Amino acid sequence: MARMKFLCDADRCIECNACVTACKNENEVPWGINRRRVVTINDGKPGERSISMACMHCTDAPCQAVCPVNCFYTTADGVVLHSKDLCIGCGYCFYACPFGAPQYPKVGNFGSRGKMDKCTYCAGGPEADGSKEEYEKYGANRLAEGKLPLCAEMCSTKSLLAGDGEIIAQIYKERVMKRGYGSGAWGWKTAYRESIES
Amino acid sequence: MASLSRLIRLAVGALAFLLLVSAGPVPANAQQVNPTASSVKEQQLLQELNRIQGRITIPDQRAGVLEQPAGRDWREFRNVTLRWIGGIAILGMIGVIVIFYLTRGMVRLESGRSGRTIVRFNAFERFTHWMTATCFIILAISGLNITFGRPLLLPLIGFEAFSEWSQWAKYAHNYLSFPFTLGVILIFLTWIAGNIPNKVDVEWVKRGGGLFGHDHPPAYRFNAGQKAIYWIVVIGGGLVAATGYTLMFPFYLSGIEGMQIAQIVHSIVAVLFVAAMLAHIYIGTIGMEGAFEGMGTGTVDVNWAREHHALWLDGQNARPGGAGSQSAAQPAE
Repeated sequence: MARMKFLCDADRCIECNACVTACKNENEVPWGINRRRVVTINDGKPGERSISMACMHCTDAPCQAVCPVNCFYTTADGVVLHSKDLCIGCGYCFYACPFGAPQYPKVGNFGSRGKMDKCTYCAGGPEADGSKEEYEKYGANRLAEGKLPLCAEMCSTKSLLAGDGEIIAQIYKERVMKRGYGSGAWGWKTAYRESIES
Repeated sequence: MASLSRLIRLAVGALAFLLLVSAGPVPANAQQVNPTASSVKEQQLLQELNRIQGRITIPDQRAGVLEQPAGRDWREFRNVTLRWIGGIAILGMIGVIVIFYLTRGMVRLESGRSGRTIVRFNAFERFTHWMTATCFIILAISGLNITFGRPLLLPLIGFEAFSEWSQWAKYAHNYLSFPFTLGVILIFLTWIAGNIPNKVDVEWVKRGGGLFGHDHPPAYRFNAGQKAIYWIVVIGGGLVAATGYTLMFPFYLSGIEGMQIAQIVHSIVAVLFVAAMLAHIYIGTIGMEGAFEGMGTGTVDVNWAREHHALWLDGQNARPGGAGSQSAAQPAE
């Protein structure tokens, strides 16, 4: 079984935000929530880098560990998903997440959190694959159709890679070898406890 | 003229082409340049601040934090440390109370009941106490559910039922925080006068508060133990309220690291608070004869007052018309 991962080649990302737009559109993400975002570090200075970031679908995911109602599950593909029927919107996964992935629609009074929403790796949720309920709650289930997440598919510079961890790591290594440089797979050490040496 | 201009254009074009071709080898040389050498590096940024932050173009500026591995430490606290602290504090306190009850038993009224009563807490004081107490019990149960529910309750009742219950518990926890906070403020203002520590408390503590043997160290309206409970409620209640609202209104007061710290303070203070209140509930109910009625009906037996709050009773009797009779006695301030 594949172990699905994301890899953002920061030396290629041009901060076009196509991944962000693709995600929002494909999954009908509610207003105010961004499952994927592009962060630019050292903006305007020499050596600036942009990184596209969403849920990294961590190994031994912190969100899953701290959830008080145990609403997370990891699929056979290594994708971390959750059930919005079980989620109580407490905010704990958000405190634990290293990547700021979980977000909450503002419902009701003051800052009260609704059901958590995050990147599903375009793999839907616990409902039946491709069902209407699944789409309404979690967005598209492209994985069940044999497709990869749309953010990576639509990346204009093929900076964002999605797929089996070993394969995308191999692609990245070849790139680094060919061009002679690479700033590493951002977030991999935190998410998967491994790094791709360049 | 037309042919001349065409000729010039051709010459310019040829020159431009020549320039382009001659410029060709330059990118080949550029392969020697390593842009990563001068670029920002993940591990270096993480070592500097333990977080990586940048600019973002979406409206939600808080999403500019790219990585923040500090959540790992918080996870360790939430899943391991807190459960130990809470477990030891609460089970330890229950153990101490059980042992104390089995060895010492109920603290009896040694001189029996006199049949005469004196007002100890007026209606407003009792209202404040019970409003805060009711909120506290619900807040404590719903709070403990967040920490201990998953390992203890979830396996018993299943995912759906546990989520449903936790959802309501969360609502209760959020909404009842308001009357609870109001209660803490009222408690602070109403009873501050009687709860300033003084010399009598030193004596009271030295004599063990009369917990052991049949000693009855004198006390004014509140003895040192009650004063301790008062300050635990005021300071502990203030802390849980402040940190709780930080969590309830995300990003109004702090970023995510502030919320992690707020949750740590909130939960540690809360479990200690629960442990302290267990002792308070014990001594106010089955732990001491004649104690509950003070907060129940508002009056206590005069003999109870003499045994436990002698100096307060003297003060009450010294008042004009104050002979310990129910009608004449004023509620103490």
